[in-house]
Amino acid sequence: NLCLLFFQSPVRSCLLLVVVSVCVQQVHGVWPLPQQLHQSADRGCLSPQRFSFTYGRDSAAQTGCSVLDAAFKRYFSIIFPDFTKGSGLLMCENQSNRLSVKTGGCDGYPDEDSDESYNLSVSEGQAVLRSVTVWGALRGLESFSQLVYQDDYGSYFINKTEIVDFPRFAFRGLLLDTSRHYLPLHAILKTLDAMAYSKFNVFHWHIVDDPSFPYQSRTFPDLSNKGAFHPFTHIYTQSDVMRVIEHARMRGIRVVPEFDSPGHTQSWGKGQPGLLTPCYKGGVPSGSFGPVDPTIDTTYKFMESLLKEVKFVFPDSYVHLGGDEVSFACWQSNPNVRKFMEKMGFGKDFTKLESFYMESIMNMTAALNRTSIVWQDVFDYHERIPQDTVLEIWKGEKYQAELSRMTQAGHRVLLSAPWYINHISYGQDWRNSYAVQPQNFSGTEEQKKLVIGGEVAMWGEYVDATNLTPRLWPRACAAAERLWSNEEKTLNADLAFPRLEEFRCELLRRGIQAEPLFVGHCKHEYDGL
Amino acid sequence: MYCLLKLAPLFLAVAVCNGWLFGDFVGKQKEQDEISLWPLPQKFQSSAVAFKLSPASFQIVHAKQSSAGPSCGLLENAFRRYFEYIFGDLKKSEKSRKKVYDSDLVELQVWVTSADPECDGFPSLQTDESYELSIDEPSAVLKAANVWGALRGLETFSQLVYEDYYGVNKINKTDISDFPRFAHRGILLDSSRHFLPLKVILANLEAMAMNKFNVFHWHIVDDQSFPYMSRTFPELSQKGAYHPFTHVYTPSDVKMVIEFARMRGIRVIPEFDTPGHTESWGNGIKDLLTPCYSGSSPSGTFGPVNPILNSSYDFMTQFFKEISTVFPDAYIHLGGDEVDFRCWESNPDIQKFMAQQGFGTDYSKLESFYIQRLLDIVAATKKGYMVWQEVFDNGVKLKADTQIHVWKGRPQYQDEMGQVTAAGFRALLSTPWYLNRISYGQDWVNIYKADPQNFTGTDAQKKLVIGGEACLWGEYVDATNLTPRLWPRASAVAERLWSDKSVTDVGNAYNRLVQHRCRMVKRGIPAEPLFVGHCRQEYKGL
Repeated sequence: NLCLLFFQSPVRSCLLLVVVSVCVQQVHGVWPLPQQLHQSADRGCLSPQRFSFTYGRDSAAQTGCSVLDAAFKRYFSIIFPDFTKGSGLLMCENQSNRLSVKTGGCDGYPDEDSDESYNLSVSEGQAVLRSVTVWGALRGLESFSQLVYQDDYGSYFINKTEIVDFPRFAFRGLLLDTSRHYLPLHAILKTLDAMAYSKFNVFHWHIVDDPSFPYQSRTFPDLSNKGAFHPFTHIYTQSDVMRVIEHARMRGIRVVPEFDSPGHTQSWGKGQPGLLTPCYKGGVPSGSFGPVDPTIDTTYKFMESLLKEVKFVFPDSYVHLGGDEVSFACWQSNPNVRKFMEKMGFGKDFTKLESFYMESIMNMTAALNRTSIVWQDVFDYHERIPQDTVLEIWKGEKYQAELSRMTQAGHRVLLSAPWYINHISYGQDWRNSYAVQPQNFSGTEEQKKLVIGGEVAMWGEYVDATNLTPRLWPRACAAAERLWSNEEKTLNADLAFPRLEEFRCELLRRGIQAEPLFVGHCKHEYDGL
Repeated sequence: MYCLLKLAPLFLAVAVCNGWLFGDFVGKQKEQDEISLWPLPQKFQSSAVAFKLSPASFQIVHAKQSSAGPSCGLLENAFRRYFEYIFGDLKKSEKSRKKVYDSDLVELQVWVTSADPECDGFPSLQTDESYELSIDEPSAVLKAANVWGALRGLETFSQLVYEDYYGVNKINKTDISDFPRFAHRGILLDSSRHFLPLKVILANLEAMAMNKFNVFHWHIVDDQSFPYMSRTFPELSQKGAYHPFTHVYTPSDVKMVIEFARMRGIRVIPEFDTPGHTESWGNGIKDLLTPCYSGSSPSGTFGPVNPILNSSYDFMTQFFKEISTVFPDAYIHLGGDEVDFRCWESNPDIQKFMAQQGFGTDYSKLESFYIQRLLDIVAATKKGYMVWQEVFDNGVKLKADTQIHVWKGRPQYQDEMGQVTAAGFRALLSTPWYLNRISYGQDWVNIYKADPQNFTGTDAQKKLVIGGEACLWGEYVDATNLTPRLWPRASAVAERLWSDKSVTDVGNAYNRLVQHRCRMVKRGIPAEPLFVGHCRQEYKGL
């Protein structure tokens, strides 16, 4: 490489423009770090005029593959942000820039078994991306886009690179809570964009909860009519939900909805009278309501209809059924519930009642051919749960021990406890997220394999459209790397720091309002508000 | 008939005795929530009688007796701004379509009473920001001594307007007499650790006006970068900014900030912090900083401003001459905090100078020596100065009108406030209001509970407390997260500094603040939520 120094004096001006090119050899990082990455100092330049994405001749996917056609369009403007037609950068005369993509089948939705691996080989004038599925191709396109950089003249370059990459965990999720605060559709779509940049692949949509029920049900429209913060402005219509699912699919992201019961259902009660347990005070109903009433048939009929609708609306094979933080006080106060307990021989153990309810719901879900995810409480109270149920750990203390117990019982597990990033503190708290080792618990190799991944959770108590994005990004990126990359190669947060800083600036460049990690600046600052 | 709805606690007894009646409080609760005032006015009484405001007919006008008229650009702009806040971006309709009903409020007359309305002036520490607001049909009257009080009253007026269930804009019959508890109510933004684009600064000036803040403390430069483009020393930003073109404030940018702030009754006090916190200055000015030594040779790194060279003082003289003309406010913040003595200690020339001066090894004496000369330089520009508390703590001789800015947590800031005021200096409090420090949950409550006069001292000492500032230091803050991190947390400081001392009910404040934050969101400020809930109009940006 040549270092150039030249002087240029514009004809009509008395200014002397001094243009100095310092040829610092940039090697561009990729976040999350690929499993195998070899970069050489040789770089080739990319011309926006000549660059193209093509389907390889032997690729099963060809033009007409909606996921990849759309991805090519998306990544072209991500790779060439300054590109406007005719602004001739005629620097790469003899190079035909081309990324050719060879990949397998194209239709459908990503799922738990999707192969996201890819190989990327960038050589002079040509790059080849190979993957088994379109989902792997998406991951490879993302890596490719992160490899391209601009020099001080605005020319685009990419170094000779070989990448062999695949995710460490199949389930890399992010939870948004649209009940405690309503999140406008564009906030969700933007989050999906940023998720794809960090190679997250599951959007866990905690769509309803105590405070509000924004999901507009086709079967039970009163749920949102009466349970949303506002029946028209603060809801997700069926077409909104479809848009989220499609936007996610295009980015290789699954949408797993959570309909949490029997607790966390205050807002359900408004549109579905008789669903919640009436609490009693001194022998009479107090007017307030507790969890779902597990003692009456109508409850199960309702849940079955709702779950049928959920199956119809959400294509993913997983459904999150919640099951956390059930308060027994109201059940205890209700004479009908107590009578039912007696009849069932539960004694005074209300966890048995909760298990009875959850088991019914999980069986219902299984009958609908869907895999249930439940919060750890369900396992903690009751170990007899269907074997293929996925358990999600959320309680902060001693999650390692919980991992051991659950996997010993043969369950697949998701880890979320150390990644509750709605909890904020002063300083670089991403380092804590980064230090998490999801398989560092006592157990056999078989047990470790049962950890299928983890989730970053952004609960909504203190978060809405005003602060969601900067609070999520780049803090969520730490978990993204932990869930995708080789742990051995990514243990050192200090080494990761400059790469993450660079990635954060790249997020800004792409319009994601990612907050700073520390003092410094980006070439292209956020220009919104 | 008047009924009593929401009022400042001290007013309660008086109002009831005077025959004001409690009205349909419960029924009106919902609507009253909509008008939650923030910060709470000093004296406030309101009745259930409501008037309608129609965007087609309602006007904000100069009162006939007012000393300000159509030539007062500041007020004309404010009229337009508040009309838009009240009615959204509805255009004023043609006169022909006006239709006035009996119960309409047709106008707000703004009556500036002083001979000089100060339309083209700048607000100052002495500015009278009081106003009186009387809302009755057919006209409401806002009376203030000058435009600054009028601005505060316009904000209050706009907060009184609410939408009823049919979407009609309404305002209740109301009387307000209001004035600030403290004269200096500031926000510090740090544009050195991260560069803040102009529009972020302007948006926050808007938000400040909504909260009746009146000082923008612009911590414009620091170790990390020097974005201020100096006319006298352009190399400061050329070499000291993160980028010499994209990450700088040009003279016209600075002018725009000052004018934008002036239009909202906000003073702009720049801080040029020396002798520490000056790394970025050294990039552009050779020999300004002290060369640090490692053993007997220079290590290549630099410390604070070099206090033993006359060239340092020559530079400061020229530099502050420029600053004193660029920034119209009577005060400049000179910093003076956190001077690290190690580099001075390592430098043999400094050691020699210390010996000559008889300072021994007490480097705080050297610091004082520097600060004293700097203060003389700045005093010669006819400006007053603010300094961080260390300057006082180190015993530097100060002009009587110096303002001491208290920021340290240890020892207790109450003790420091006591000492500063006991020495007869005016004090400003920031310690409990470092809003860059975040934690999970409703931390606004502690921010709200802090009181600048809560220290042991005489009444005369308490009077020396001129106010406080909420500080948002920039280590972890830039354009992406500044606004939601600052608002509505800074609003808690705003009420503490404006409203009566007795306004301390957190529950009541919460209810009003929830509404106030939704009002800010509606006006385009991404103020973050206090807790679970929703706003009728959620934030549309992103």
